Amino acid sequence: MISASVRFLETLFATLGDIFPIVVTILVFQYLVIKRPINQPKQLLLGTAFVVLGMVLFLLGLEQALFPLGQSMAKQLTSAEFLGLEESSVYIASEHWAAYAWIYLFSAAIGFSTTIAEPSLLAVAIKANGVSGGAVSIGGLRISVAIGVALGLALGSYRIVVGDPLHYYIIAGYILVVIQTLFAPKAIIPLAYDSGGVTTSTVTVPLVTALGLGLAESVPGRSPLLDGFGLIAFASLFPIISVLAYAQVTSFLASSSLSGDDDEI
Amino acid sequence: MGFRFSHLFSSLLKSLRDISPIVVVVLFFQWGVLDSSLPNVLSILAGAVMVIVGLSFFVMGLELGLFPIGENLAHAFANKGSLLALLSFAFCLGFGTTIAEPALVAVAKEAAEVAAEAKHIENTETSMQEYAAGLRLSVAFAVGLAIVIGVVRIIKGWPLYLIIIGGYMLIVLLTMFAPQEIIGIAYDSGGVTTSTITVPLVTALGVGLASAIKGRNPLLDGFGLIALASLTPMMFVMLYGIVY
Repeated sequence: MISASVRFLETLFATLGDIFPIVVTILVFQYLVIKRPINQPKQLLLGTAFVVLGMVLFLLGLEQALFPLGQSMAKQLTSAEFLGLEESSVYIASEHWAAYAWIYLFSAAIGFSTTIAEPSLLAVAIKANGVSGGAVSIGGLRISVAIGVALGLALGSYRIVVGDPLHYYIIAGYILVVIQTLFAPKAIIPLAYDSGGVTTSTVTVPLVTALGLGLAESVPGRSPLLDGFGLIAFASLFPIISVLAYAQVTSFLASSSLSGDDDEI
Repeated sequence: MGFRFSHLFSSLLKSLRDISPIVVVVLFFQWGVLDSSLPNVLSILAGAVMVIVGLSFFVMGLELGLFPIGENLAHAFANKGSLLALLSFAFCLGFGTTIAEPALVAVAKEAAEVAAEAKHIENTETSMQEYAAGLRLSVAFAVGLAIVIGVVRIIKGWPLYLIIIGGYMLIVLLTMFAPQEIIGIAYDSGGVTTSTITVPLVTALGVGLASAIKGRNPLLDGFGLIALASLTPMMFVMLYGIVY
């Protein structure tokens, strides 16, 4: 009980530490620059308290339930014993890339499921839905972003296994984003670009980091310090691709259904 | 909009739905693939309940607090008409929130270890701490600068994709000159600079500004601040690796 209280207080102070610079910045500018009192201070204070309490409970829950489980599962799935590869023998991982199939599936599944629960993405989806008058659906945006993260992490895990240079993949991704941007509906582009930055946050980063480092440790010839990084980059880039693709597909379907109606008329 | 228990209940149901994919994935891999039982079931259940309640409180707090704060500030700055004040606020918000970001502290520490192993810096505690501190400062500066550029873009109505594509080109160019060891960390740094509390506030600020300025579309012009805040750290980490 005491340890739980200590953990709660530690997390509370850490969260307050994170929010402190924001509060100071807002108060300084509100009272010294804008020189006007804050509107509805009680409501804003209650809202901020809810955010802090919510974050504390959310983080405590993750640390108690998901992180230990996710990290131990990542460790088990990347062990030579599970993969059916001799630990002592030096094999060329790039030739045995198919042996890591469960890793790719786990990366994709954990990427998808954690992104759906990501508070930052939920915040942006709620805002986009409100601003667009419901045209951007909260669920549609979150699912398309989650698919992007899933694909990104699966490909990122494959890259660690085969040992390809990271920048080849990322630069190829950039080229794809540029091409998609030329054809995507204009209104969705800023939101799609933003979706890359909001996917890697509270839930995803610790699990993805553990997965990347675990994989780099278990694959022969890979260094955790050099090869363990890059998964977050994949998880940030691929949602942009998937949201732009989602927008292109929905816009194409909408235009084709409209032209179908015209034909009927 | 005040606090309502019916709202909390519906929020709890939504949160339960949101974490259900994680439960399915964990159970499938734990039982179906690894063929092992769940350790500490009660502890995991208690953790799951905390996640659900926490997410519900967070969403309610967004609508009661963070979104209105961001929008009120945007409208107040627009009414004041001082560009310098707005840009100063944008920079302070970006810099202040990033310098304290725990994920960035971890990334900077790892970057220092990589630099020491690659013999770019001395393998001593002092030089590694200096390297990490310098990296954190440069990334925080990068995010501050990104929010400033984003705010100017909203005011001027510049197309976001031109800035982003220009940024991509710069990243590709820097990749050619950056030390090989720093590239992975640089690319990852873009994803760790935007915290869960910063994102809603910055999003609300952008949307609020676009709503307050005539001729701006909140959907087209209001978003993009987060994208810029994710892009600039990659450049600055690589620049830091080249210069240091």
